[in-house]
Amino acid sequence: MYWIALKMLTGDRSKYWAIIFGITFACVLIAEQTAMFCGIMLRTTSQIRDIHDADIWVMNPNLRYIDDLKPIADTAFLRVRGVNGVAWAVNLYKGAAQAQLENGNYQSVILLGVDDATLVGSPRELILGKVGDLQLADSVLVDEAGFHYMWPGEPLRLGKTIEMNDHRAVIVGIFKASYTFATQPIIYTRFDRATLFVPATRRSLSFVLAKCAPGERPDVVAKRIRQQTRLQALTQNQFSWLTMSYYLERTGIPVNSGSTVLLGFIVGTAIAGQTFYLFTVENLRQFGALKAMGMSDRRIVRMIFVQAAVVGSIGYCLGVGLATALGLILQAIRPIMSFFLPWQVLVLTGGAVLVIVLLSSLLSIRRLLVLEPGMVFQ
Amino acid sequence: MTSCPTISHAGIHCRDVTKDYGTGTSRVRALQGVTIDIQPGELTLLVGPSGCGKTTLISILAGTLDATSGDVDVLGVAMNELSKEAKSAFRAENVGFVFQQFNLLPALTAAENVAVPLVIRGFSRLDALRLAKQMLEAVGLGDRCDARPRELSGGQQQRVAIARALVHEPHLLVCDEPTSAVDAQTGHRVMELIRELALNPERVAVVVTHDARVYGFADRVITLEDGRVASDERKHASCP
Repeated sequence: MYWIALKMLTGDRSKYWAIIFGITFACVLIAEQTAMFCGIMLRTTSQIRDIHDADIWVMNPNLRYIDDLKPIADTAFLRVRGVNGVAWAVNLYKGAAQAQLENGNYQSVILLGVDDATLVGSPRELILGKVGDLQLADSVLVDEAGFHYMWPGEPLRLGKTIEMNDHRAVIVGIFKASYTFATQPIIYTRFDRATLFVPATRRSLSFVLAKCAPGERPDVVAKRIRQQTRLQALTQNQFSWLTMSYYLERTGIPVNSGSTVLLGFIVGTAIAGQTFYLFTVENLRQFGALKAMGMSDRRIVRMIFVQAAVVGSIGYCLGVGLATALGLILQAIRPIMSFFLPWQVLVLTGGAVLVIVLLSSLLSIRRLLVLEPGMVFQ
Repeated sequence: MTSCPTISHAGIHCRDVTKDYGTGTSRVRALQGVTIDIQPGELTLLVGPSGCGKTTLISILAGTLDATSGDVDVLGVAMNELSKEAKSAFRAENVGFVFQQFNLLPALTAAENVAVPLVIRGFSRLDALRLAKQMLEAVGLGDRCDARPRELSGGQQQRVAIARALVHEPHLLVCDEPTSAVDAQTGHRVMELIRELALNPERVAVVVTHDARVYGFADRVITLEDGRVASDERKHASCP
């Protein structure tokens, strides 16, 4: 029986491809926009994810996202170290600095100062140089994208100098970093030096990075730190979600992406639904003949669902495939473009396709259920 | 699938059958107390002017339409008492249709079209196609099994439709204007084929037609006028 449904479906090539086009179009828009949205959201947390050494971030209780710079007392790390279940805790400075290049231009940079002694929190993937060189005088590390941003067209090389807050800084290493939301260059240095690269303030400690003792759960230890220090202590995952929540609530990004997704859904439903319905209406006599010959309504409904499932599956595969290819190509051309396609986006797109084909087939089914088999005699 | 009611070969018996379309002031009575008996093994023609009710009557006999009142007994089954699903099962099992516009599925080949009633009855695709090809051989189209309807002439399409109507060996053959969409010579051959099939003593064959040239094929001609039986003429049929 299903082969009859499939032959009927593919028999009218133009409508068959029009239905698939509608679903594919919706899929591409939904998957592409959602993946770009996820990519942007992911970028808001890139600085958190790029620090691998620590399990817990301790910060000002009023801090709402990673770039919300609210310092804490310089002795906070000592209080964190005293909490049961903490293996170690170190300082991390995070701030925004103005770097003056050799040509006199200024460039805003993200400045990170890691613990002087241990260098915990330093980048792991260095392209040139080594982390240990941060112990050298005036030394800093810069990310690859930041290097190209500050010195466009120049090959990567060490030894270049910049000035921050009238202090000289020498680039002793270039590392790979995830793209940030604001795409500013990222500069790593030692904590004590970082405080010199920005104007002095009463408090300079941004975060305390803590590691759990073996066998301790980060969320449990974080809760303990919160209770004992009155500071905000979050696991890496919790801090990422806090940051993303801020961008979700306080920026227009979700609305912009959401409206494109909604548009894709509506247009896809309209094209696929209308074409599928037209396909059914144009085949009413054939369906009427099938009903006259004794095909039950239940089997007709199953035929429609099979047809819908086939065009839905093909449209989904084509749509997701195209969206992925498009994302990867655009990213290859412009690496700065954000594109992240987790399995949740595939599920979401699949759900949208399911709704589209259900809506499309329900229109057709409704028409066929009221169809009298006797119409074939008229 | 809903089980099919048990049938006998008692033919068709209609008593005071009426059919109304619409309600209230817009109500139209298409059949006004039709009483007829049709025996198996003979070819019966339903004739009459447009709007006389012959399409309505054939639809009721075939189980695709419900009568408003009266008794309709087809092959020993009281059609009024069947549910929608049971009627579908009854049609799938016992009724073969030849439609005016053939109503072949354009995307299917001739053999696949003929296989459809068997598939509806639950045959596997392979078995259904094997039997369909045998049936196409029987109607002289064994060499056109893989042709699609658009590749066939009107006469060939009607023969495919006849093969489709008979492939599941139905006890009731219902033909709606089987010669109206083909030329006179093809129509003659189509009616010869239908008459040959109608002579089966276990089969009731009813043909609705406007075409006076085919009256000669009938054993019996029932004329309807204004929803009533105007005449019921028994003929000594022979192929003209």
